Amino acid sequence: MENIKVILRKNMRQYAMLVALIVIMILFQILTKGILLKPINVHRLILQNSYILILAIGMMFCILSGGNIDLSVGSIVALIGASSALFSITLGLPVILSIFLSLALGVLVGMWQGYWIAYVKIPSFIVTLAGMLVFRGINNLILKGETIALPSLYVTIASGSIPDFIGGKGSSLHMTTIVIGLICAIIYVVLQYRDRQNKLKYNFQVISFRGFVMQSAIMFTIINLFTIWLARANGLPYIIIILLVLILIYAFIANRTVVGRHIYAMGGNSKTAELSGVKTKKLLFMIYANMGLLAAIAGIVFSGRLNSASPIAGDGFELDAIAACFIGGASASGGIGTVPGAIIGGFIMGILNNGMSIMGINVFWQKIVKGLVLLMAVAFDVYSKSKAKSKISYKTEVGKNENVLSGN
Amino acid sequence: MTINILEMKNITKEFPGVKALDDVNLQVKKGQIHALVGENGAGKSTLMKVLSGIYPVGTYSGEIIFDGELCQFKDIKESEGKGIVIIHQELALSPYLTVSENIFLGNERNKRGVINWYDTNVKAMALMKRVGLNIHHDALVKDIGVGHQQLVEIAKALAKDVRLLILDEPTAALNDEDSDSLLELLKELNEKQGITCIIISHKLNEVTKIADEITVIRDGATIETLIEGRDEITEDRIIKGMVGRELKDRYPKREPNIGDVAFEIKNWLVHDPLDEGRVRIKNISLNVRQGEIVGIAGLMGSGRTELAMSIFGRYYGKSIEGKMLKTGESLYVANVSQAIDEGLAYLTEDRKNAGLILSDDIRKNITLSKLGKISSNGVVNLNEEIQVAEEFCKKLRIKATDIYQSTGNLSGGNQQKVIIAKWLFSEPDLLILDEPTRGIDVGAKYEIYTIINQLASQGKSIIVISSELPELLGICDRIYIMNEGELVGELPKEEACQESIMRCIIQSTDRKKAASSMS
Repeated sequence: MENIKVILRKNMRQYAMLVALIVIMILFQILTKGILLKPINVHRLILQNSYILILAIGMMFCILSGGNIDLSVGSIVALIGASSALFSITLGLPVILSIFLSLALGVLVGMWQGYWIAYVKIPSFIVTLAGMLVFRGINNLILKGETIALPSLYVTIASGSIPDFIGGKGSSLHMTTIVIGLICAIIYVVLQYRDRQNKLKYNFQVISFRGFVMQSAIMFTIINLFTIWLARANGLPYIIIILLVLILIYAFIANRTVVGRHIYAMGGNSKTAELSGVKTKKLLFMIYANMGLLAAIAGIVFSGRLNSASPIAGDGFELDAIAACFIGGASASGGIGTVPGAIIGGFIMGILNNGMSIMGINVFWQKIVKGLVLLMAVAFDVYSKSKAKSKISYKTEVGKNENVLSGN
Repeated sequence: MTINILEMKNITKEFPGVKALDDVNLQVKKGQIHALVGENGAGKSTLMKVLSGIYPVGTYSGEIIFDGELCQFKDIKESEGKGIVIIHQELALSPYLTVSENIFLGNERNKRGVINWYDTNVKAMALMKRVGLNIHHDALVKDIGVGHQQLVEIAKALAKDVRLLILDEPTAALNDEDSDSLLELLKELNEKQGITCIIISHKLNEVTKIADEITVIRDGATIETLIEGRDEITEDRIIKGMVGRELKDRYPKREPNIGDVAFEIKNWLVHDPLDEGRVRIKNISLNVRQGEIVGIAGLMGSGRTELAMSIFGRYYGKSIEGKMLKTGESLYVANVSQAIDEGLAYLTEDRKNAGLILSDDIRKNITLSKLGKISSNGVVNLNEEIQVAEEFCKKLRIKATDIYQSTGNLSGGNQQKVIIAKWLFSEPDLLILDEPTRGIDVGAKYEIYTIINQLASQGKSIIVISSELPELLGICDRIYIMNEGELVGELPKEEACQESIMRCIIQSTDRKKAASSMS
């Protein structure tokens, strides 16, 4: 039990947001008269928000590194759309090659910004504000202000689902999806079991076997329910696979690797980190290069979703990604935040969008609601922190007075 | 018979775990220059903060009587309203504003919020004349020298109709010429304009020159007040008052077992990172043996921390020259992570801003400097990490609910132990400890000394930097003395005492002064 308490205490903020997400889901499920969680809408919801979620993953690392942000990601998305059109249509290169070239371009753009931020020490706000203008300009330069249609592979990546190998074309349930879900659920349980065995080997306290079985059973059901839901719509979209892989990789980097630990340390206190041997400049450079890569992936997904390269693509994405991170519990000064948190924050924004659209609420109102939710989420964070702090200082204050009295 | 303009009675001020002032009494006579002397951390600055309302009424006990009136200041504004103005060691000027704007900063000549520039400039020029500041009133403060900035501060104080002027180390950043003219000015303000002054200074030669009365503070208590004409006022006499305390059993016993020279620097020369022409560390050569605890004594600003940080992976300074040797072999480290790999460790004096990541828990703080040790292929073994953290918490007796407690909620002593654990985890051969017991209560200090002794007996080499001379005398085998970026003495344990160390520092300052006045 001790263990669960520790985990709960450490992730209070994230659990609060998870609860908020569930409450919002139930609320809109009722308000939309059950449309929100219909399989086809769940499918749509994920497709609609995938690129914001990908951006939010990268943005989380920028924020973690010390409250840096990247305002240029929306423009990078647009730039990558344009470069895709340039490589695959204008130059006529193979689609796969043009995708890889676009990803490389994204990394290059990220490195460019990382250089100015990390080594020249220009505030990230200014560098990426400049980038926002420059990359949008390059997009318009390439596209000459026009919209260009892209090859079909782009569309497949963004909106397509895996073919049903098992069930065949006619079946109402996408059998392959269900099988994949089952396999994933089994792998999850096995990994959890091994982690538990490992902990036992170190003589650490673990939750009781009964608790473990229950926990595993719940997760097993959730994973399978999710894939069955997808199977009832179009099956497993490629984009979910990409998204899941990215989330797993980046959550692993953040939690389990030396690099991840160094990023948290640097955001928590850069001077301490430097004096502990963390190479903060190199890290910051890498974080922005990585942001460029993820923005490029988001760019490819989004242009596939639009089925074209557009001069106005990605407008305002940076703000959605930043908002997702802060709603998901990131600290504006850095050092605090998680990848799953950013994903939860992204989904809260996404469900607000989607739910209100289904209800037919005016776009103006949607913006007002989203803005207020962001403000409230962060206000809640600040409030709960200051409350914790005042408790501590109150304690020492009392102690002080007692000492003074006894001193007399 | 002159009357007291200021009387502070039975002032006691405590911080969590530390008694900074213990029943302090101070009497300052009207129209005099009163000097306040004592070692670093003796409580001089704390006393002045109590006086000026930075520590408001209620956070201390005792009485302040100014001009026959009981005062209970809630903030600086109130004490300034009475005419008590304090000029801190770090000047409080706004660099991008002009001299006259700075003089009236927070005290603007205005009518309903609109500044009267004519009035401002005319009055500023009159004040500048009073302090002998011969520059243009429209010059930006960042463009004038430190000596002039100090004068601007005094003009600013005069603008507030100062009656009691407190100067905290006014000459610390000045060269000798500027110091002399500043002291002249103080004397003039005092004699001709009747402004009472309290001056806090380490430079005893200056104190003996201008003070009418000298109060000595030690360990948060007033020791004595020397009065010009009644007592003999010499530097030796003051030093005796400052350091004359007996050492009790505050330091654990240890049988030193000293081996060969383990670490050495030769002709170490470090330039200021911001101003490359300026040499901060001048040709320092020193060594540490295996199992030896070596102390570095010196006043604040003598360059001890800068020396340590320049050794630790060149974290401080530019164009560093000189040789570094480890067990006789030449060693070059280009950055901090290399220094850690080569077995160096540096425990910072600035625990909260450079030692800990306060938002992270104990576990993550301990392993930060050598994560590689518990990870393979860049992946941290979290189970092993928990084990390591639990072990250190037990070994160093870190008091916390568990290893997941964030270090921001720990007491000073336990925070320090976490940082020590962090450096022990990196398995260093040379440990540089910068003010290892600053702001820690006596019990925790003893525990930290015990840890230091254990490390030495394991054969590690240890350098301790401390502003508390008794601490260095209590735990070190040998003490180097630094002043203004130079080594000015080296004393073995047997010859080291507080008087001999202070004398080394003061003599070197005097020597410099003599040399500069000759040339």
